[in-house]
This record gives sequence, C-alpha cells and structure tokens, in this order.
Amino acid sequence: MTAASAVALDVEGLSHAFGPRAVLRDVGFTLTPGDFTVLLGLNGAGKTTLFALVTRLYHSRDGRIAVFGHDLRQQPSAALAAMGVVFQQPTLDLDLTVQQNLAYHASLHGMAGSRARLRIGEELERVGLADRRHSRVRQLSGGQRRRVELARALVHDPALLLLDEPTVGLDIESRRFLIDHVRHLCRERGLAVLWATHLIDEADDTAKVIVLHHGQVLDQGPVPQVAERAGAGTLRAAFDRLTGGGR
Amino acid sequence: MTPVQYARCLGGIVTREALRWTQQRGRFFSALVRPLVWLAIFAAGFHFVLGVSIIPPYDTYIPYEVYIAPGLLAMIQLFNGMQSSLSMVYDREMGSMKTLLISPFPRWFLLTAKLLASVVVSVVQAYIFLGIAWFWEIDPPPLGYLTVLPALILSGLMLGALGLVLSSFIRQLENFAGVMNFVIFPMFFASSALYPLWRVKESSLTLYWICQVNPFTHATELIRFALYGQAEPLSAGVVAGATLLFMILAVWGYDPGRGLLARRGGGE
Repeated sequence: MTAASAVALDVEGLSHAFGPRAVLRDVGFTLTPGDFTVLLGLNGAGKTTLFALVTRLYHSRDGRIAVFGHDLRQQPSAALAAMGVVFQQPTLDLDLTVQQNLAYHASLHGMAGSRARLRIGEELERVGLADRRHSRVRQLSGGQRRRVELARALVHDPALLLLDEPTVGLDIESRRFLIDHVRHLCRERGLAVLWATHLIDEADDTAKVIVLHHGQVLDQGPVPQVAERAGAGTLRAAFDRLTGGGR
Repeated sequence: MTPVQYARCLGGIVTREALRWTQQRGRFFSALVRPLVWLAIFAAGFHFVLGVSIIPPYDTYIPYEVYIAPGLLAMIQLFNGMQSSLSMVYDREMGSMKTLLISPFPRWFLLTAKLLASVVVSVVQAYIFLGIAWFWEIDPPPLGYLTVLPALILSGLMLGALGLVLSSFIRQLENFAGVMNFVIFPMFFASSALYPLWRVKESSLTLYWICQVNPFTHATELIRFALYGQAEPLSAGVVAGATLLFMILAVWGYDPGRGLLARRGGGE
C-alpha cells in the first residue's frame, strides 16, 4: 500500500450527534504506521459511532477524517482501500465457506482471482485456519470465526487496521491469540492499528491509549505517560480517575 | 479503480447472491414451488370461472393458466425483490451489510451491483418456472423465450430496486411482515396479473385506475407481450421510469450523509 502521508489515520475536531443527543465531541487523534493504539472507553462512550464515521458508514457533521492523507469525504475510495476493519458484530456469511467469504471480500476490493486465492491462503495460514478453508462458517467456533474475520480484514493488504471490540465473547486463549497476532502485525508489517475495547488489560505498557468517555477524549498517549499525567500507578487507576470511576 | 476492478466487484457480488440462493435450500425450493402452487391450484380452480376473451397479445381464446403465467413470472420477481430486500435488512441487523458498504467502490455502484445480482437470480428462477410451465401447456412461441429476456431483466430491475428502497427505510426485521401486507399483496392483487383489466373495469372503475397506475401491472404486461414476441412501449416506459425513481430513492436511503442510515444511530 502506498502511503501518501506518514500519518495513517488523522481525526480532527470530530463531533457527531443523533438528533439532539451528542455522541462525539471534538474528538481528535493521529495514528502512525506501527502504532498499536487502544481506544479505551466504557460501553456507550462513542467507540462504535467513531468506527462508523471512520469507515464512512455515515458522514460526520463536523470535523475531518483522513487516511494516509486521503480525506474521507473528498477521496473515500483511496481512504477505504487502505483500511481493513473487524466490526464488533460478526459479519461473516454463515452459510458460505471460509474461502467463499474471503473471496467475496477480495472482490469488493477489486482483487484478481489468482491474487485473492494466494492472499487468502497466506492470511488463513497466519491465523492457523488454512485447513478449514472449505468449511462452512457455521461449523466454526466463535474464536475461529473471529480469526477468519481478522484474516478477511487483511486479505487486501491494508496499512491501517481497525478493530471494534474484537475480543467480546471470546475465551481467554482466543483473546490472547488475537491480541498477540495483531501486535505482531504492527511490529512486522508496520501496520497502524486502532483497537477499541472496554477491557483495560488489553492495553499493556507498550501500547498507546486514547481514553474516550461520554464522547470526549480525556487523554491520550503512551500508557505510562497517561498513567503518570493522571497521577496513578496503573492505567486502570488512571482510567478511574479520569472518568470519575466510570460515571 | 479500473473498469476491470469494477467488473471483479460485480462478479463477486453476483456470485455471493447466487451461492446464497442455492445454499439456502428452503429459499431455493419455495421460490420454485410458490408459482407452481398458484398455477396448479389457483389457476385450475378458476379455469372454468373466468372466461378470457381474445385480448392482445393473444390471437385466440386462451385457458386461464396461459393468462396468469406472465403474472406469475412477475410474481417470482416481486418475491425475489422482497426476499433480497429482506436479506439486506437481515444483513444490516447482523452486520454483514457493513462489509459491502466499506468497499472502496462508490456506493451507487455497490447498490446497483447488488440489484443486478438479485435480477440474475430472479431471471434464472423465471426460466425454471417457464420450463416447468411448459408441461401445463403454457407454450409461447419459441422465439418468445428469447424476447421475454429483456422484459424479465427490466421488470426484475424495477422490483429489485423497490426492494432496495424498502430495505433502506425499514428499521428492523420485525417490520418486514408489514411490508408483505402493505406492498406485496396490494401490488399483486391490484394488477393485471390475475385478471384482465377490462374485467376489473366492469366491476370497479376506481380499482381499474389503481391497477393502471400500479407499476406491477406494467411489469406483468411488459412480460406478457414480450413472451409473445411483441413490444408494449407504455409498460416499458413506466417500468423504466419506476426503476429509475426507486434507484434514486435507494441511493438516497443508503447515502452516508443524508439517508436513514445516518439518522438511525448505529449500534452504540
């Protein structure tokens, strides 16, 4: 993927409301290649709305979103081509096989059949599901389905990966696998990752964190710095202080 | 994005629709059985009740089964359009609609591709029905099987586009039953699918005009004339105009800035 800008994702002054209800207020942050950034917020903080705006499911009323310098409003095609997304809800077609699901995704990115087959094989191999390529998704466990979704998000070789609560409902082992795999991708491929979660322990000390609460960014930066600024020893304590104990 | 990439995207969407149709066996069989039930039971029952006089495009007296066959072809497409709309509402509730909408291709193209995919499936169903109907002595001229194709494509586009509009405006899956009652049944019954309009006119002038402005009547008549190798320009015009109107509404409904998708409020 050609990077037109060194900034993978640039969000500036983003606000959004559903009718009179403000969901996001003046949200701003940047992600650079190789960053593993955790978007931390409780349920209802505005994470899913932020994802919907960044993936252009709907437009923002105020603010600007750019992916590798491509403004999402002016150049949506270039911006969307550079991103891979794992949504909070499962989005696989249960009646189709793993291969059919991934091939469908590849075609939605205009990939040629031969290249798609090659990339599907590579990504399934990485998540340890190459032997389930021709299984129907319905036959897979929850953890395996999540891995297929991750493989799918990477088939078109994006440089920015967005994951919205990817570990919800997964057992400890699947959760661990997913986090380790994505962190490995950050280091190995220089992938920029935005990982939304309400689980504080998914942000370790090497991650960057954006604390989102009631639609506002309360603080952001490397985990140790955020903890220090809040005068707390751990991210958990910092999160509690910043959010007033989650109120 | 190059034209080749557009073609690949279209191919992928059509393949997915076809796979879903064949792999969901219940949907596959009900789509085939439904019109046959109408043909075998309804038409047989009304065979002696309704006399059909000689009206274009027929040049002789015809059995009732022959009269309703084009209406049943349009019905296949109506149900298919609604089925595809239902699956879009389901996809949206289940989240898989997002996979389509975050593709880098323009949204109007994705919706058109989705529409074409549904038309391909409905045209295949229509031909399977025509094949089986042949055993009921519904045997239009051989060339009719070819000339009906553009009519099936055009009416499939219109009914598929209507399905798209409905899917963009329906909030939840549960509301879909209402659509069946308020869209499918009135469209089907207030049309020329089951009875010729001159008969309707004899019994109620109001109903006659409702039938006349119902685009489903024109889809049926377009198919009826085409099946006998004749053109029906008025119906073709109405169907084309309605397709365009429905498509504009669907693109509006799915627009990220203006349509209902934005006002609905995501899954937060």
